[in-house]
Amino acid sequence: MSDTIVTIKGLNVNAGNSPILKNINLEIPRNKITVLLGPSGCGKTTLLKCLNRLTDLYPQLQVSGEVLIDGEDIFHPKQDIIQVRQKMGLLSQKPFPLPMSIYKNITYGLKIKGIKDKKQLQASVERNLRDAGLWDEVKDRLHTPATRLSIGQQQRLCLARGLAVGPEIILADEPTSALDPISSRKIEEKFLGLKNDYTLIVVTHILRQAQRLADHIVFMYFGEVVEQGAPNEIFGNPQSDILKEYLRSGH
Amino acid sequence: MKNKKRLEEQIFLWIMRVVTGSIILVFFLILLVIVQKGWRALSWDMVSQEPQGGFYFGKGGGILNAIVGSLYLAFGSAFLAVLIGLPVALGMNVHWLRNKRWVNILRFLLDALWGVPSIVFGAFGFALMTYFHWRASLLAGIITVTLFIVPIFIRALDEVLRTIPQGLLEASYSLGATRTRTAFGVFFRQALPGFITALILAFGRGIGDAASVLFTAGYTDHIPQTLQDPTATLPLAIFFQLSSSIPEVKERAYAAAMILTGIILAISVLSRLATRKFKKNIL
Repeated sequence: MSDTIVTIKGLNVNAGNSPILKNINLEIPRNKITVLLGPSGCGKTTLLKCLNRLTDLYPQLQVSGEVLIDGEDIFHPKQDIIQVRQKMGLLSQKPFPLPMSIYKNITYGLKIKGIKDKKQLQASVERNLRDAGLWDEVKDRLHTPATRLSIGQQQRLCLARGLAVGPEIILADEPTSALDPISSRKIEEKFLGLKNDYTLIVVTHILRQAQRLADHIVFMYFGEVVEQGAPNEIFGNPQSDILKEYLRSGH
Repeated sequence: MKNKKRLEEQIFLWIMRVVTGSIILVFFLILLVIVQKGWRALSWDMVSQEPQGGFYFGKGGGILNAIVGSLYLAFGSAFLAVLIGLPVALGMNVHWLRNKRWVNILRFLLDALWGVPSIVFGAFGFALMTYFHWRASLLAGIITVTLFIVPIFIRALDEVLRTIPQGLLEASYSLGATRTRTAFGVFFRQALPGFITALILAFGRGIGDAASVLFTAGYTDHIPQTLQDPTATLPLAIFFQLSSSIPEVKERAYAAAMILTGIILAISVLSRLATRKFKKNIL
């Protein structure tokens, strides 16, 4: 297996006449945490949504270029979109538990895969809730609505739900922005533990979070990748003026 | 200053209490008056028989014709309203998101239609009938009532669908779900309580309206056998009997009102019970 899991070549995204992403070329390392850093509105979220083709949902977006995951172009017309999406778990800015029980939130993706065996489903629910650090808090109420959980618990449920489909990659779009510091730390700790088995791509605008998590940092500004590299290079020796300014105002 | 704020708070609290109380009071007063005036006329015959000769002068029989007619009419038009309204409401919130302007114009038109009095729909239906040389019939009544309740159904559902966050759909898609699974498993499930509310609202307006069916469905003493038959309805049964000068017949009007209220109440309660299971799960 190569060390690069995602390769992005010449990716452009336009909304009508206004460009959102301009000629993005990136390589994302396997089993590392890659942080997409940058101010709000710079295209980080759009870039993330290109990776699992959630951009399909927005007909106003025109996407061109290539995104290769394990060497396969996900925008190829013959690509099985369900398989592509199940290679990735998504955490959004705000947790969106599905309108069903905790148990069914986890099994939703498994049932799409065609897994029907009850024992298998049950085992998967327990394993993934444990991996997301939620099992002990919810094991007695698996069949109660997921919406009754606190927002921090909901976010960990969404993580467990994403892990359940057996992805290789976890996409996280400012996953802690709606959470309190303690819930945020739990998520961050989980991320650091998960990188042995998964590749994580985390969008954030918080410098400290980037420092705590990142193995590789991609700094974006106005739809372009301005700089990328290891955290000590990015934070210790920024090249561009805009990154220098971003680092100054962030501390 | 602090006392003033507190006083203000107290005054508004009491205004709200009084207003809420009076709404509940009026509701019970309506029920009380109907029951008090009608319960003596309410009998098994009343709900199980068609009117017999001389029924409108106080002789035997019942209003089964109007009960069945109203149910046919309301279920028929509610069914059609869902058939027409559901795709429109879904379209307004899923497919036509790019054309916000047009959707808003559509919303405005539907709101205007919602405000049009039902007699106008009745007149329109009547004009349609004369154009096609139809007689007053169940079908004409269903079509007219459908036109009348479709805007209500669409807008009530639309308001619910608007509140469903995009992120919920993204969550479903990102787990590998197809459009159809997302639509039914997540979007519709989330909207179900609102869908039921919209349906009850439309159904209630449909079954309770007299003006739109006056000329279009007509009136008869028999249960309609085909869509071409004229059809009696409960609101008209109330109207005709209430205008009688014979006390027994007047009493029956109130009994008919009890039955109509009972039907609407029963349907609301049943559908609430049916959706309770889903409601607790929604966001």
